[in-house]
Amino acid sequence: MHEPMHEAPHAAPTTFIGKYIFSFDHKVIGIQYLLTAILMAVVGGLLSLMIRLQLQHPEMQLLGPPEAYLAWVTMHGTIMVFFVVSLAISGFANFLIPLQLGARDMAYPMLNMLSYWTIVPSVLLMLASFFVPGGAAAAGWTMYPPLSAVPEAVPGSGLGTTFWLLGMALFIASFTMGGLNFLTTIVNCRTKGMTMWRMPIAVWGFFIATVLGLLAFPPLTAAALMLLFDRHGGTSFFVTEMVVNDQVLLPGAEGTPLLFQHLFWFLGHPEVYVLVLPCVLMTMEIIPVFTRRPMFGYRPSVWALFVIGFLSMIVWGHHMFVTGMNPYIGEYFSIATVIITAPFAILGVNLLASLWRAKIKPAVPMLFALAVISAVGFGGFGGLFLGTVVSDIYFHETYFVVGHFHLMIGTVTLLSLFGALYFWYPKMFGRRMSEKLGRIHFWFTAVPMITIFILMHMQGLGGMLRRTYDPGAYDYNAGANMMLRFPITAMAFILFLAQFVFFWNFFRSLKNGEEVGENPWDATTLEWTTPSPAGHGNWPGALPVVEHDPYEYDGDDFTPQGRVVETASEEGGNA
Amino acid sequence: MEPRSRPRIILGLVAFFGLITLFTVGLFMLPWRSEVASDEGGGIDAVITYLLVATGALVVLGHYVLIRFLWNGNGEKGYTRPTPKVEWMWGIIPVVIMMILSEAGVLVVGAPTWKKLYVDRAENPVQIEVVGKQFQWYVRYPGKDGVYGDYDFEEIDGADNPLGLLDDSDAAVDDIVTSKLRLPLGRPVQIRMRTHDVIHSFFVPDFRVKQDLIPGFPTEIRFTPTKLGEYELACSELCGLAHYRMKAPVLVMEPEAFDKWLAAQRGYFE
Amino acid sequence: MSLTAQTSFTPERWQGGLSPYNQTWQKLMMWMFIVGDALLFGGFLAAYGFTRHGAGDAWPVVLGEGGLFSTGLLTTMTFVLITSSAFMACAVSAAKANNRAETVKWTFLTLAGGVVFLGMQVYEWSHFIGQGARPWFTPGGADPGFAAYFFLITGFHGTHVLIGLIVLLVTALNAKRRPELNPNGVEVAGLYWHFVDLVWVFIFGCFYLL
Ligand code: HEA
Ligand code: HEA
Ligand code: CUA
Ligand SMILES: [Cu+2]
Repeated sequence: MHEPMHEAPHAAPTTFIGKYIFSFDHKVIGIQYLLTAILMAVVGGLLSLMIRLQLQHPEMQLLGPPEAYLAWVTMHGTIMVFFVVSLAISGFANFLIPLQLGARDMAYPMLNMLSYWTIVPSVLLMLASFFVPGGAAAAGWTMYPPLSAVPEAVPGSGLGTTFWLLGMALFIASFTMGGLNFLTTIVNCRTKGMTMWRMPIAVWGFFIATVLGLLAFPPLTAAALMLLFDRHGGTSFFVTEMVVNDQVLLPGAEGTPLLFQHLFWFLGHPEVYVLVLPCVLMTMEIIPVFTRRPMFGYRPSVWALFVIGFLSMIVWGHHMFVTGMNPYIGEYFSIATVIITAPFAILGVNLLASLWRAKIKPAVPMLFALAVISAVGFGGFGGLFLGTVVSDIYFHETYFVVGHFHLMIGTVTLLSLFGALYFWYPKMFGRRMSEKLGRIHFWFTAVPMITIFILMHMQGLGGMLRRTYDPGAYDYNAGANMMLRFPITAMAFILFLAQFVFFWNFFRSLKNGEEVGENPWDATTLEWTTPSPAGHGNWPGALPVVEHDPYEYDGDDFTPQGRVVETASEEGGNA
Repeated sequence: MEPRSRPRIILGLVAFFGLITLFTVGLFMLPWRSEVASDEGGGIDAVITYLLVATGALVVLGHYVLIRFLWNGNGEKGYTRPTPKVEWMWGIIPVVIMMILSEAGVLVVGAPTWKKLYVDRAENPVQIEVVGKQFQWYVRYPGKDGVYGDYDFEEIDGADNPLGLLDDSDAAVDDIVTSKLRLPLGRPVQIRMRTHDVIHSFFVPDFRVKQDLIPGFPTEIRFTPTKLGEYELACSELCGLAHYRMKAPVLVMEPEAFDKWLAAQRGYFE
Repeated sequence: MSLTAQTSFTPERWQGGLSPYNQTWQKLMMWMFIVGDALLFGGFLAAYGFTRHGAGDAWPVVLGEGGLFSTGLLTTMTFVLITSSAFMACAVSAAKANNRAETVKWTFLTLAGGVVFLGMQVYEWSHFIGQGARPWFTPGGADPGFAAYFFLITGFHGTHVLIGLIVLLVTALNAKRRPELNPNGVEVAGLYWHFVDLVWVFIFGCFYLL
């Protein structure tokens, strides 16, 4: 019992269903997550195009009435945050943690399988909610009550919101199962020589993000349950007596709507770091391979992660600066929030410094990594405008916020994920994706994405409000709206179309990509010491043993982090 | 990775990072905001300007470094591995810079305005109440007695008594209810806010101020208009289908004209 | 390669295995789950505190004279639950000593404690409902928030107890029937049970004493 898992903890599957559907294998589960994320990205992307069309031609009501618009915005945000980026990260975490740590599989493979299959009904509930009476949830992805609690207030707050809440409950259950597995595997299942300080930095990213997620999700669960009871159980945790169409609703109710916001953002803020940290750290992981230099500042970066993680739990109030909170508490939240820029800047500087006097190989994963550095800069410094409480009074609920979070949660994460996918694709499928198509995809993704969301900051400077069906209802923002909406919409379409290059590349390369050996990128970490794709149990023979730090590059030379002792002679590199 | 394509792609990246930086800095300098029309708004603008300059410098610096490293990224300059000491030094430098820059924005440039808006209490501000409901704004002045009359949700009747004021409340008799927010130039105003249904938010872009209306929890904001003119009051919190056009006109008047207008109004039950 | 000279270690520094905590993954996982679940209750109790703080005098008298609940019943409930925790500790140490019969005995005793607790809770709920309490109404016209939080939090805790009972039943049957006793499994079940008891102490403190 007190042995690491030198044996695969479950027998190799023999049936198709056991192998590819209800698989226990972390690699298959990882790919299942990634495919689900890609599928949902199409849905989320289409919704964003519908949003853009409406904003481009509001007077024509091309795509329907306001209730539809609000439902699209709500579901676009929800799907992108929870069912695209989160799932894609879960995919990479599943795929990479055991491979990079030298484990046969996750600590508890069955729980891992359950975690994925809990996501499936969750996705189905979210998608089904478009078709229920009243339509999908329409109170914004933040689901603030009373709007989300009272169907009389907005049609989407009928059955659609119930589906949304149940879908979220399943999502959280799934995340908890997956997260418990990630942490236990990282703590308990590392191979010989793999001390915590020698873990590839991406694993640190998954580790901190999972800790944050496990700490932050429970209060959201609490909030969601209480909201369900307010809606269906007659309680009034978050709702107060109100008048809609001269009718008094909920007589005598004396709940506290702000309580929901506190519980939501206690999750919501750490959640954004749950999304961004693994992505940025996967980018950090990729950069040394293509600069052929050791990573700059491994330890300072990890410490910065800890600081970011801790601070992120105590700054949630910056989403509520104008709710009438006590001004001293507001000032506290502001002071604490902007401190986060300090550890974040360590990450930024380390990303930059890793390029110092390097021998850069501009392969596709590296292109995405470079664009990530730029996007972190633009998005992060936008965060400073919002974290500073006085300027947030003006920027709150404007497109400045929309621009800020799309640069972070949308651009940084998606560009990192694309880079990671191009990078680890050979390990997943034994073939490379086309570099040529990859480069086309890069230019038509990175350029519009960064530009679109920078332009949205300008709209925000002009005071243009988010979640509006027709910004033309106001005169004050005419300039910001009219001048910028066309470039934004046009680029959003280009961006979306460019994804078909990616889909084509992804699926075609499964069959036609160039076949690769164990270590196509001349990389150091353990996953490159096993065949591509890795078989059941990850290493055909004994597990590799770690002898070095993870990023020992020296130009075209490199020292693998570890090796499989029995078959050491022909392993890649020059060790 | 054909070696021939390398310089071109590096060139492309350098061009992209350079152009996007210039483009952003240029765009930020355009006058997106209208001229500020309140005293506190001036303080808010000062913070925004401070941040634009400070972060603008950092973004330019960051991209300059990025471009430079890319441009030189051919492995020809001698590389020596940074020692842990160097790594930690470059951990501390950004921390110091960011702490100073960011906290200066909050504490030095920002705090006085924050205090003015939410802590300081002007003497004898003009009392105004703003009430939000789906999807309309009401403005109430307390009348000669300076006291807001009582109300009851049961009494609300969209046509006759939109605020549900009680006709047996003495204070309510002289209350003045309109749907246009009139403010006197140069006098501090104190606006109390409440809502009949969901959360709304009071936003006048020209004043730069914003304040949520929370059910069951009246909120308040104080500011001083400094520019005559007509402005728009926008609802800035998603509140339902017609959220996007929940607006009301705002008029800043000469103080004398304001007083005259106020005196000429009939009370709610007069 | 000069590069690696300064950083390479010998593999002896880390031999794989269960460090740094020297725990099985099952136990680690249960610990982490407990931390998360504790935060869930933490969320509920914080929300309760938020509302309680805002309500001021509108809050009902809970225990003692004119109170909603009987002090005797609550003390007994708490006592029963804590006793069952002690039984569980006996079961765990019996399992560690590989004593199958004792393990089964103590686990069943724990189970019995849990059932009694749940029975008393059902009685308390029906009594409270009999007084007119509903999720939207607190007897005596006090802040309706009290009844809502009472049903929410004690109901959620009761659900945890119920799940705990199922876990204990499975543990006991496994201990009885399986060819080999699994002390690790008993210990993990015990962790969960202690946690459920501990949460009760907090709930008790918040609802009845504050
Ligand atoms: C991944 C997601 C992510 C990340 C990382 C961040 C990061 C930050 N966010 Fe953001 N934020 C969101 C996602 C994210 N945010 C979302 C989704 C919302 C809106 C939710 C909603 O209302 O719907 C939001 C809203 C939001 C608000 C509320 C606005 C409002 O509604 O009024 C605030 C206020 O303080 C804020 C602040 C910050 C700060 C200070 C950071 C800091 O952590 C940023 C620190 C980073 C830096 C300072 C950059 C450091 C420098 C470099 C990396 C080097 C630079 C390199 C070059 C220049 C080449 N964010
Ligand atoms: C991860 C988060 C994410 C992402 C990626 C996006 C992407 C986009 N978003 Fe969105 N958005 C949100 C999160 C996100 N958004 C949130 C949280 C809100 C707030 C909702 C609310 O107010 O309640 C919002 C709101 C929002 C609005 C404001 C609506 C309003 O307030 O009225 C607009 C307006 O233009 C918009 C546009 C876009 C556009 C054009 C894109 C384009 O970038 C989309 C183009 C499509 C793609 C780029 C998909 C490509 C991805 C893949 C192919 C998958 C790859 C998979 C792997 C690598 C595994 N979004
Ligand atoms: Cu009222 Cu939006
Ligand atoms: Cu935040």
